[in-house]
Amino acid sequence: MEKLIEIRNISAGYDNNVVLEDGTMDIYAGDFIGVIGPNGGGKTTLLKTVLGLIKPLSGEIIYHIGRDRIGYLPQVNQVDKRFPISVIDVVRSGKAKAKRHFFTPNHADIAKAEKLLDEAGIPELRDKAIGELSGGQMQRVFLCRALMSDPQLLILDEPETFVDNKFEGELYAMLRQLNKRMAILLVSHDLGTIAYYVKTIACVNRNLHYHPSNIISAEQLAAYNCPLQIITHGDIPHTVLKVHNHEHTHDKHGHTH
Amino acid sequence: MGTLINLFSYGFFINAMLASVLAAVSCGIIGTYIVSRRIVFISGGITHASFGGIGMGYFFGMNPLLGAAIFAVFSGIGIQLFSSHGKVREDSSIAIWWSLGMAIGIIFIYLTPGYAPNLMSYLFGSILTVSAGELWLMGALAVLLLLFFTVFYRTILYIAFDEEFARASGLPVGLFNYLLIGLISLTIVLNIRVVGIILILSLLTIPQASANLLTKSFRPMMVLSVVFAFVGSFSGLLFSYWADIPSGATIIFTQVLLFGLIKGTKMIAKF
Repeated sequence: MEKLIEIRNISAGYDNNVVLEDGTMDIYAGDFIGVIGPNGGGKTTLLKTVLGLIKPLSGEIIYHIGRDRIGYLPQVNQVDKRFPISVIDVVRSGKAKAKRHFFTPNHADIAKAEKLLDEAGIPELRDKAIGELSGGQMQRVFLCRALMSDPQLLILDEPETFVDNKFEGELYAMLRQLNKRMAILLVSHDLGTIAYYVKTIACVNRNLHYHPSNIISAEQLAAYNCPLQIITHGDIPHTVLKVHNHEHTHDKHGHTH
Repeated sequence: MGTLINLFSYGFFINAMLASVLAAVSCGIIGTYIVSRRIVFISGGITHASFGGIGMGYFFGMNPLLGAAIFAVFSGIGIQLFSSHGKVREDSSIAIWWSLGMAIGIIFIYLTPGYAPNLMSYLFGSILTVSAGELWLMGALAVLLLLFFTVFYRTILYIAFDEEFARASGLPVGLFNYLLIGLISLTIVLNIRVVGIILILSLLTIPQASANLLTKSFRPMMVLSVVFAFVGSFSGLLFSYWADIPSGATIIFTQVLLFGLIKGTKMIAKF
């Protein structure tokens, strides 16, 4: 299986405050990795380092794909919802790096953005202002934006925040479809839900625990100090995780240790 | 009415009209960026800091606007540097530059021997005394802004909307932030003569607020802002001449009146 990104012993943080220490993981084509961990544990820092938004304090990231082939869906509260911008322009901004035509409208880009909106089931929102959308609609638009660059790796930061349960289900169904074409790295605080969809789970709590060959068990997560508030919720991911073990192809990446 | 038409035979009035057109173009465009990006307060800081340059201009006997331009650009960059590298909170950083610039201005004007001519026109604007040289500068700025915002429209829009995403997609975010702060500074300084330091913020925000009532899209908002800025400035100019009251302050009133009219019409239309 094709290796997309190698994360090698990276430490990262802000202002000399190390949030993530000595993390190593590989991302392969076809991966669907759920990243979990407590708030402040370094999940978002890991994403931002992979995206090149933060320079690692040490270690390195080796990209086997173009940086412009990484799609990114940030936390929805990151943007100014009253900014005067239309949905179609938001989607088109996903291909900012592409050849820009200054004086003529880029019909190929427009057509592509429209197609993505169609596929996401929201063609009617094309000319709406971003501020007129509901949380779920906005996430769909941001997903379209992330897909604009035909990503080989799609990175999502807590896409389930501020959306209703119905959309959450639809979103994960969409992601499962997309996973046939691209690798997915999904940060979530809700292990109970994502465990049902992802193939593997990485736990980030200052350290990064990830074994590409198998789904870690609830016991291991506990040992890693990962947030297991879900255990107290009754329906323990314990079983969910185990159930999905068989879906994952153990031999795909080989064991790293 | 006859006297109004006669006005157009006066050179100073034609100049004032041209100044309101050019001010509308530059303030309409850059103000849309300022309002969308929510950096009105930064712009206020730059505006007031430029007073320091005006004071130094008086003291050293050079054109006060040149001093203002230097102060505006440096305070714009200073505000950014303080908050990004100096770990000063941004609003505090703005306040520091804002008051420092004003303080320097006051001290230098005090130290300047004799009376500081035209001081009031820098503070409150004097569109009727805009010189031909200043008009050329305002024209050059309007052309520069039109070109810059046409050529880099999408880059500017994408960075303004979601800076982090733009950075992740490899756009030159830092460079554009500094370029735009530079253009904001120039726009402020070259329009000081129209409405003055105290009131310039109005041209950068009120027409945009009016435009934002009618459109929620960046490009139409720029165009409408230019139109509203001109309508407000020119009608204010006429009214100030007719009523013989200060032009800068009257222009603010007509801008707000225009905003009120649009807002009111919209509210009535809802019923």
